[in-house]
Amino acid sequence: MKIINSPADLRKLKEELKAKMYGKDISSKEKVRIRVHSGTSGLASGAKAILDFITQELEKRNIDASVVRTGDLGYCFAEPTIEVTRPGEEPVVFGNVDKLKADEIIEKYIKNGEYIDGILPVNYQTIK
Amino acid sequence: MAQKKMQLLVCGGTGCNGLQSEAILDNLKLELEANALENDVQVIRTGCFGLCSLGPIVKVIPGDVVYTKVGPDDAKEIVEEHVIKGRKVERLFFKDPVSQKTLSASSEMSAYVKQIRIVLRNCGIIDPESIEEAIAHDAYEALAKALTEMTPADVIKIIKDSGLRGRGGAGFPTGIKWEIARKSKSDVKYVVCNADEGDPGAFMDRSVLEGDPHAVLEAMIICGYCIDANNGLIYVRAEYPLAVARLRTAISQAREYGLLGKNIMGTGFNFDIDIRFGAGAFVCGEETALIHSMEGLRGEPTLKPPFPAESGYMGKPTNVNNVETFACVSPIILKGSKWFSSIGTEKSKGTKVFALAGKINNVGLIEVPMGTTLREVIYEIGGGIRHGKKFKAAQTGGPSGGCLTEKHLDTPIDFDNLVAAGSMMGSGGLIVMDEDDCMVSMAKFFLDFTVEESCGKCSPCRIGNKRLDELLEHITKGKGTLADLDRLKNMSLVIKDTSLCGLGQSSPNPVLSTLDNFREEYEAHVISRKCPAGKCRDLMEYFIIAENCVGCTACARICPVNAITGERKEPHLINPSICIKCGACKEKCKFDAIIIR
Repeated sequence: MKIINSPADLRKLKEELKAKMYGKDISSKEKVRIRVHSGTSGLASGAKAILDFITQELEKRNIDASVVRTGDLGYCFAEPTIEVTRPGEEPVVFGNVDKLKADEIIEKYIKNGEYIDGILPVNYQTIK
Repeated sequence: MAQKKMQLLVCGGTGCNGLQSEAILDNLKLELEANALENDVQVIRTGCFGLCSLGPIVKVIPGDVVYTKVGPDDAKEIVEEHVIKGRKVERLFFKDPVSQKTLSASSEMSAYVKQIRIVLRNCGIIDPESIEEAIAHDAYEALAKALTEMTPADVIKIIKDSGLRGRGGAGFPTGIKWEIARKSKSDVKYVVCNADEGDPGAFMDRSVLEGDPHAVLEAMIICGYCIDANNGLIYVRAEYPLAVARLRTAISQAREYGLLGKNIMGTGFNFDIDIRFGAGAFVCGEETALIHSMEGLRGEPTLKPPFPAESGYMGKPTNVNNVETFACVSPIILKGSKWFSSIGTEKSKGTKVFALAGKINNVGLIEVPMGTTLREVIYEIGGGIRHGKKFKAAQTGGPSGGCLTEKHLDTPIDFDNLVAAGSMMGSGGLIVMDEDDCMVSMAKFFLDFTVEESCGKCSPCRIGNKRLDELLEHITKGKGTLADLDRLKNMSLVIKDTSLCGLGQSSPNPVLSTLDNFREEYEAHVISRKCPAGKCRDLMEYFIIAENCVGCTACARICPVNAITGERKEPHLINPSICIKCGACKEKCKFDAIIIR
């Protein structure tokens, strides 16, 4: 654990974390990143079961990916939603994910980059 | 299976579906099969692109080419030209109506995307239970800048210049609020975050706390620095267990990292944050009631002045801001006041998060610049009204607000325009109603809520709202008279003028605004004793049209109270004195013989 004692500490930590998270220079092998949107509306629609299912199945199928639990994106009409980022590609959000769909996402999109029905296009800009 | 060479994404959002996107999908598949390309090119159905006025949309990957207003007949050309020959179908590109420029790539079309996420910047992106993810996404960067490069006066100036106004409802300028709190002299001061989100159908603050709790913590520390306070309190309703859990985690992580506590970032500034729970009383969103509730007293408002900025929590100067207001602070400090004030309208800057609920297709959270019109919100981002029905009204500001109607569809939404339209911004709940909703019942629904939530301290609110509610009950039961409508109006105005706090002062708003905008509907209830929307049970009657009835007896068999009689193969009859108006018969009838009249 690191105590941040100055703005310089914060910025240094931020650079380290960014590098670690996006695997830019620490490990050359980039991972698939999966975000399971688990706010109240996600969880109420079954996001927890999807999170567990995906974590389990990735391990079973020997796919090296990081699964992160986040808040909701705001697509309440299509919960549970998950976001998949393949290395070097734009993130893709899938809506109305059940176990069947999650399985299809793993087999088709995560393994082969093949799109499947149920993609939610990004309909907003965010500040960076 | 290998990755397909090309993918055609067809918008399957409900708005586009109404415009035959299913047929486009089918035709594309048929065309591909006809050219033996089905193994190389894949057709995908997607959710809404948020560009419904340009729909249906077809996007081609690779190349990021976007075709707009595609019809089922265009499928052939897209396949033959674009897929086979690699020539783009320029006819289907979007042409900017102003610059006449054609845009083909989705990246160029971002300006047409209505949503900008400032408050929700990290929601759904970071793990809210990991301060490390938050830091990697610029959390506490604004705090570092404020503490080391700026004086409290600089920070207040930037917030003032940005034009940020309180997102809790009333829209008081945040910078001025901070300045007043700064000027109050006291040894102890408090920063309070109001997370007592009580409007029915509103969940913006909950999502921010669940998705990005550090954004709120950071802004509270900055506020503490500005007003010279060392204590922060978050008043959150206990009905938000997940938000509470994530806030707790965030606070303890921030303490571990030395971002809360003593000597923050080595600057000598001390600040810590605690959580206080609300029991879910609506009135506790009012700042004086909120403060009393935190002190362990009854959640009742008191007269202002003294304002909390002079004498608030424990009699000390207290600055109360809403969750969403706090969430705007860090980006303003990092990107500057000019950036923030460039978004929005003249008097309402930045963005606003709305929780879309009711009869709308894309129920959920959206964040749009101030000044976006209701039409854009409902028909572009919201995907239109469910089942293709007609828009009737939208309630903003929850039980304190009013309804916006068809004539307000093109009004830019900001604090002042909403007030001018007889409603208010409120915290951001936006409940959409369609032609099947009865406005009298709607007003009664919200009034029921305020009657329930009134703290009972002042009589106009306690007694007046109860009487208003009874009058509405009479009207929906068909017992009202024309004179009742005038009484409704007079009593509403008296309650508004004489109530102690914001709850009572705004509780008659739904009645007044529906009376103004839908007077003919009220009149139908009291004059012809009919509910035009067919919602008020006491004013409707199920009736069998003899010509359509074939005498199948299905309705008689489903009727739970045996109100339907008739011989087999003869028209049936409903006995209105027995009928409980459950609607089961109407649902069962295959011949459209049963109507509500």
